[in-house]
Amino acid sequence: MEKVKILIVDDDPDYLFQMKLMVESFGFEVISADSQKEGEIIIKEIKPDLAIFDLMMENDDSGFILSYKLKRKYPDVPVIVATAVAAEAGMIFGLNTDSEKNWIKADLYLEKGIRKDQLHKEITRLLKLY
Amino acid sequence: MKILNVLVVDDEPGIRSGIVRILKNFSVSYPFMDEDVSFEIKDVGTGEEGIEKLKNNNVDIVLLDNKLPGIKGTEVLKYINQNNPDILVMMITSYASLELAVEATAQGAFDFIPKPFTPQELKSSMEVIVKHLFLRGMTNKMNQEGKEIRFQFLSVLSHELKAPLNAIEGYLRIMEEKQLGDAIDDYEQVINRSLKRIKGMRSLIMDLLDLTKIEFEKKSDKFELVNIKEIINYAVEAINPYAIQKDVIINVSECKDDVVFNADPDDIEIVLNNLVSNAVKYNKNSGRVNIEVESDDKTIKIFVSDTGIGMNSESKGKLFEEFYRIKDERTKNISGSGLGLSIVKRVVDLYNGKIEVNSKLNEGSTFIVSLPK
Repeated sequence: MEKVKILIVDDDPDYLFQMKLMVESFGFEVISADSQKEGEIIIKEIKPDLAIFDLMMENDDSGFILSYKLKRKYPDVPVIVATAVAAEAGMIFGLNTDSEKNWIKADLYLEKGIRKDQLHKEITRLLKLY
Repeated sequence: MKILNVLVVDDEPGIRSGIVRILKNFSVSYPFMDEDVSFEIKDVGTGEEGIEKLKNNNVDIVLLDNKLPGIKGTEVLKYINQNNPDILVMMITSYASLELAVEATAQGAFDFIPKPFTPQELKSSMEVIVKHLFLRGMTNKMNQEGKEIRFQFLSVLSHELKAPLNAIEGYLRIMEEKQLGDAIDDYEQVINRSLKRIKGMRSLIMDLLDLTKIEFEKKSDKFELVNIKEIINYAVEAINPYAIQKDVIINVSECKDDVVFNADPDDIEIVLNNLVSNAVKYNKNSGRVNIEVESDDKTIKIFVSDTGIGMNSESKGKLFEEFYRIKDERTKNISGSGLGLSIVKRVVDLYNGKIEVNSKLNEGSTFIVSLPK
């Protein structure tokens, strides 16, 4: 069986390194990119099984842009958008109401600094790997 | 045209219809208001009816008679202050006694108009009310905007402080769980990165202190004659070890020894330190930095040029915003708080000076600070 492929895009090299290590320890294959631009190139060529995007990279909403582009191409791939604070730049993002879900094309919105076991649980839930 | 809703409460039908007639085709305009203000008028004969109307209608101004058949005008006033404190109340009364004036003012009435009044008197009173409402609206708006800017600053700041903490915490967990092996050497990168993030966080905190200092310190106390060449030399000395690492040469091409002006030397140091260290940080390897000072009777002009990465016009526009950083391939490995230039701008503004930047993408930038002497 082929390994599950997870795309991680983050411009913080430390966060990218740590996420990669964490996700690999779950037994998944990781493809990583450190900018929205690079992320877009990867999406064009590879279909991941799940993607984790940082919110603020070159643009304040880079994570949403990537999420939108990925979903347009592969509507079935689950997306996690991650960021360091709940209320970045004065905006409160959440995926609670339907209209928010429509606008923000992500399946889950996570605060950074998530614990390993929590992350594992969320990924298996989104991949439906019970 | 903006419309304000007026409620007239008076038991004399003649007064009510008179007010309606006078205000129907009247509008107020002031040069500082974008649009003229006219009035939509409702009228009732008793205080009880007045309160009923206030419950179900949007009212901006109440013209209120005190001597009413049922409850008194001052009681209606009390109701308004408890339930609709934004409404402006003008008392109309034929008994404009001092006693009533004191009582109504204590309860928050805005103004008085004695009965009988001429159309011109009523119109003048309405003009004053409109001006007051307009100014109150502007004040609220400005307070609100100030709060929003502050809120935005704090949420970005918390992001900037939390990101390194998260990174360091993540690395500590990796070590705790010995994820990379049993030997300490396996963690060299993890330790180095953690130290780097701590350093970044420390410099952010230092920048924040600079920012607070600029904001709260009383300036004139610390003014003295500042020799610009000395300050430039300090700044160059401070950044030189880093410049050597990057093989960047810093040159002070033109600056007379005796250029002095009145300022707080700490402030000028903040400006120079930030500009010179940016010129090195965002330079290419083996690049150059040139510093030049021009001075006449009135102004001192400091030029800091580099042969670095430069910027496009979009970045130029945002450069002095707090936490703005140019994020691309070329700046990926350059750390910074995103506060440096906003601090420089604040200092320069404080001195009624000017800061400009000329820049060409991939060729370099020149920052020009002009300060009045």
